[in-house]
Amino acid sequence: MEIDRSRFQMPPYTNPPPQGGRGFWSLAAGIDRWTVLVVGLAMLLALPVLTVFLTALQPPGEVWRHLADTVLADYVLNSVTLMIGVGVGTLLIGVPTAWLTATCEFPGRRGFEWALLLPMAIPAYIIAYTYTGLLDFAGPVQTFLRLTFGWTRQDYAFPEIRSLPGAILMLALVLYPYLYLLAQAAFLEQSAAVLEVSRSLGAGSWRRFLTITLPLARPSLIAGMSLVQMEALADYGTVQYFGVSTFTTGIFRVWFGMNDATAAAQLAALLLLFVLTLLVLERLSRRQARFHHTGQRTQRPPRLRLSGWRRWLATGACLLPLLLGFLIPAGQLIVWTWRTAPQVVDDRFLELAGHSLGLAGGAALLILLLALLLGYGQRLRPRPVVRLAVRSAGLGYAAPGTVLAIGVMLPFAAIDRNVDSWAREWLGLSTGLLFSGTLFTLLFAYCARFLPAALHSVEAGLTRIRPSMDDAARALGAEPHGVLWRVHIPILRGSLLTALLLVFVDALKELPATLILRPFNFNTLAVRAFELASDERLADSASFALAIVLAGIGPVILLSRAISRSDHAPLP
Amino acid sequence: MFQASNPRILLSIFGLLTSLLTPPALASGEVNVYSARKEDLIKPLLDDFSKQTGIKVNLVTGKEEALLQRLQSEGVNSPADVLLTSDAGRLAAAQQAGVLQAVQSASLNQNIPAIYRDPDGYWYGLSVRARPIIYARDRVKPKQLSTYEALADPQWKGKLCLRSSDSVYNQSLVAGMIAHHGEAKTEAWARGLVANLARPPKGGDRDQIKAVAAGECDVTLANTYYLGGMISSSDDAEKQAAAQVAVFWPDVQTTGVHVNVSGAGVTAHARQRDNAIKLLEFLASDQAQRWYAEVNSEYPVNPAIPPSATLKSWGEFKADTLNVAKLGELNAAAVKLMDRAGWK
Repeated sequence: MEIDRSRFQMPPYTNPPPQGGRGFWSLAAGIDRWTVLVVGLAMLLALPVLTVFLTALQPPGEVWRHLADTVLADYVLNSVTLMIGVGVGTLLIGVPTAWLTATCEFPGRRGFEWALLLPMAIPAYIIAYTYTGLLDFAGPVQTFLRLTFGWTRQDYAFPEIRSLPGAILMLALVLYPYLYLLAQAAFLEQSAAVLEVSRSLGAGSWRRFLTITLPLARPSLIAGMSLVQMEALADYGTVQYFGVSTFTTGIFRVWFGMNDATAAAQLAALLLLFVLTLLVLERLSRRQARFHHTGQRTQRPPRLRLSGWRRWLATGACLLPLLLGFLIPAGQLIVWTWRTAPQVVDDRFLELAGHSLGLAGGAALLILLLALLLGYGQRLRPRPVVRLAVRSAGLGYAAPGTVLAIGVMLPFAAIDRNVDSWAREWLGLSTGLLFSGTLFTLLFAYCARFLPAALHSVEAGLTRIRPSMDDAARALGAEPHGVLWRVHIPILRGSLLTALLLVFVDALKELPATLILRPFNFNTLAVRAFELASDERLADSASFALAIVLAGIGPVILLSRAISRSDHAPLP
Repeated sequence: MFQASNPRILLSIFGLLTSLLTPPALASGEVNVYSARKEDLIKPLLDDFSKQTGIKVNLVTGKEEALLQRLQSEGVNSPADVLLTSDAGRLAAAQQAGVLQAVQSASLNQNIPAIYRDPDGYWYGLSVRARPIIYARDRVKPKQLSTYEALADPQWKGKLCLRSSDSVYNQSLVAGMIAHHGEAKTEAWARGLVANLARPPKGGDRDQIKAVAAGECDVTLANTYYLGGMISSSDDAEKQAAAQVAVFWPDVQTTGVHVNVSGAGVTAHARQRDNAIKLLEFLASDQAQRWYAEVNSEYPVNPAIPPSATLKSWGEFKADTLNVAKLGELNAAAVKLMDRAGWK
């Protein structure tokens, strides 16, 4: 299973030397178009994050002493707890359900296969609102208990949903599908041969799961986990509503409340550095071992038919996250929508939906293209500089959306200003704002933010392709692009669709960057839902939240089908 | 692939990008607005304005700090003509950041009292938002209540609900307290409030009111228009909750009830300055002032406008006469003070 590359090492493939490749190009060894393209693109995408770091590059002010004396410890503790809790929670929900639906047979398996993705369509802050509405002291559940048993406040203890554990639960419920999706694809791609060999060697099913299945799926699981944890760190809506002080709420408190943009940028930079460290550690830990399949899905292992109580345990294990993460909150949204839709839904509804779908679709395609370019470039030129550039381009995912949006706004506004003053001076005319306040800037922010979701998925797919395959294809005379189109893309199809889906649904839910960067008279479903919800009209916001959820369901089902089908796809 | 089609790809990407670069609206019969008031709380007024004047209004809504940042970074080319905010402190901050310009208008000066506008005309308050005490009708007698300060009294131990100190409304309130009583006294007061909390601060203003109605606590602080929104809510549970609480106007013998204003200013580089002033004048006009009261239970800045039925039912009160710009100045001090007092 493990390929020791040094034994079969082909001469490393590089582009043919550039035509007329003398002079500068041959002197600067190692600089070629791929490197330049990938590093250039990655740096462009890293611009917002770099802007944050540049803003942070000032001596720490007096606010830091105040923070250290009062709330900084809370921020760190809560953020780390949140990150670990959400990571563990998604692992506990996502991996068993993915393994069950991918390798076992039990009642409802086919339905669960796609339905388990549904919670992904619900924005985190929306699920937080719905559960608060249900479980709060003044909500129907507790009111029912009090009326039924004649209790008052002192008579009973009820877990407080608006708390750190509550926030962990909410985020884990809507984020586990990211892990589930990648884990399921990984489990599906594991070939029968590997499992049969291990079975014939006498390994029990637990041992097989722990020593074969999990390690093979590890790149996908790690990719999913780091996505989920970055999302959890960047979350603002949920923790803010639950009154949990984290790094993110701290950034806004310092920035808006204390009017100290520098200290806010420094807090954000600290958060990003923390994420960067984790990512580097993860890479280092993975360097020890490389796992590759030698065969590509030659044969699907037969599904393990569960019997007796095990069948129903499996059904229950899949039903629970679906119930908590989707059916209950969606049900609450439907109840609210039923009541309020006549007052809040008007003829502009379709326009909002069009904006949301158009933006999300455009962003998804654009980001997939970028992720392919970067992922492929990184594979062709596995150099530290390329890797570092691509890593830093992916950092935007961990930045709170508003911070990232400002990081996009500032450089483009600076470009606008400079072009304008140049044009005024030399051409005697004003070019005005070229980028600021246009959809271009907004799409750019989406790219900077959601690239990692696509990149992780594309990369995880690429690591599942044996390096020897490239070598074979190259030895048979294929050009690098031939390797991409004829070998990689067909194999990657599942991962590419996954990437497309992740970004589409993410972009559909995106709020902070859309709010700050959108042009005049341009609203989306998410903006509308947020405006009503932040005006504390939760029931009124439900129609728009439900529309986001509905818009996300279609792609979720389609792509889930495509993934399980691509599993059987014949190799070219 | 790449070598062959490189220029073509670049060209088509470039084509795509340029097609996305739609220039901001600059036609003469228009006015561009950056608004921190939510769309629902301003769009109907803007539509009326367009109907009456024929001037088209282009709108972007958002959070005040983000809009301010956008204005600043766009600089001289900013398309915005008017900045609308829901907090006077932010208007003062915008003025200090140099993104507003002074405008004079006889009708604005006539309709808006001096304490609710900038003396030089950089910004004008358009509606007043009061933050009184809300109490449970069945458990609290009005005579137990007197001032904001008295809420720190041990008699309210375990009976007070508060929103988080992240809320700009609480930040403004504490800033007002600092202005009147100084930092040391205010900090001791904030510690007293924290000691009286029935539960850690969380949720929005409506959540505090609901918690009082449900018996989780007896008293809280909330802006009146949230109570107004609950009274006219489509949700029966919210209506019932609103019926179980009442408004108490604190500090009427002393400094007055804490108020803030939502308001607007003309941007420094407004292209449609005249239209912008017309819009401000419209928002201060009788028709618009009545709308603020009737639709969102905010108090008109123009004292000549009779309050709506809901506002009347809460009774009259004496508002704090502190210039609202002071709240912005003291905001940072207020946030730090709440950090020290342990007000989450």
